[in-house]
Amino acid sequence: MYNSGKIIVGIIIFLLFATFPFYNSIGKATAKPEPKIDTPAIKEAQAKLGKKDVCVEPKEFMKAEHMQLLNDWRDAALREGNRLYRASDGRTHDINLQNTCMNCHSNKKKFCDECHNYAAVKPYCWTCHIEPKEERTNE
Amino acid sequence: MSNIDRRQFLKIMGVSTIFGMGMASTNTFLEKLEASTFDKTPGRLAAKRWGMYIDMDKISEADIPRIVGACHRAHNVPAHGNPKHEVKWIWAEEFKHAFPEQEGEFLSEKYEHQKILVLCNHCEKPACTRVCPTKATYKRKEDGLVLMDYHRCIGCRFCMAACPYGARSFNYTNPRAALNKNEINPKFPTRMIGVVEKCTFCSERLDKGLKPACVEASNGGMVFGDLNDPHSELRKLLREQFTMRRKPELGTNPGLYYKIGGAQHAG
Repeated sequence: MYNSGKIIVGIIIFLLFATFPFYNSIGKATAKPEPKIDTPAIKEAQAKLGKKDVCVEPKEFMKAEHMQLLNDWRDAALREGNRLYRASDGRTHDINLQNTCMNCHSNKKKFCDECHNYAAVKPYCWTCHIEPKEERTNE
Repeated sequence: MSNIDRRQFLKIMGVSTIFGMGMASTNTFLEKLEASTFDKTPGRLAAKRWGMYIDMDKISEADIPRIVGACHRAHNVPAHGNPKHEVKWIWAEEFKHAFPEQEGEFLSEKYEHQKILVLCNHCEKPACTRVCPTKATYKRKEDGLVLMDYHRCIGCRFCMAACPYGARSFNYTNPRAALNKNEINPKFPTRMIGVVEKCTFCSERLDKGLKPACVEASNGGMVFGDLNDPHSELRKLLREQFTMRRKPELGTNPGLYYKIGGAQHAG
């Protein structure tokens, strides 16, 4: 092989450069997202129902499928005029992102944004829907 | 296995297809949600076809800002300032513009320049919904209201060109910036730049059992009701009074009826 010295050194430099992001972050795990559900409204609901899991559907479902649920809610409310959601546990909820979801999850920064920022997704809910006033959670 | 014949191959394929379909349907999340249903809110106001009677003898020019304000505050309608960017759900139009085909050479100036309260007519055959390429605007099947799903609006403005009543407005700039922060209604969303918006006949209020905001603020000048119900208060008024509609000759079958003039002999 001609110029093997230069080529091998070149390949090594390239590999070091290309894999920099990987070895640079070894052992430095990014902080895991920890969405908080410690708002006054949620605490009140937990005390009232006597359980921790008080969202409209079970926690695991909401974690994985909340976007689908919100889509279904939107279509039901806007197109069918169905503004009442009878959840799988029999409780009923007013279909309303701004006034039902965010009434409990008044800590958008510590709840929504926590995971969305981590996963680098940017849902465009808040260009139209009004975010809860964050001071409320700090009381 | 290397020497299976065609018949055996098809059998294996068939059985595995059925098995595969069985696996696909065992979606744990979907099963969980089968118990969940959507429903109408109890106590909501329902109709087969909503319409309105607007008595312009009872609504003077001084009443109009109050009625318009009630609607625009309830729905966070932005005031852009620039008249070319004006967003209006309900507004005042001179008679000669609201009813251009009713112009008369010697029409009383009082009526020619009278301010008429106009809003979306919630037509039976809306031109706007037919041209929408994304179905962002649609006629609600249950009660005939012409509504919008702002999530789907791409801002093409075909509906604005199609509407013969000018009942649709476009957000040329960010509507949030044009709203007074202290006056935003936190119960209702705003819109974003690049979408069209319009009157909703307060569908969100009707669904909760409330009257439309303009009707509430009109102190009896506006009456809403079911056009399809011959016993409704609205139909009773329409039987008793001479009323007119805006541009009915276009065939959109508008749902708003106006009473203008003719109050002098009353009482």
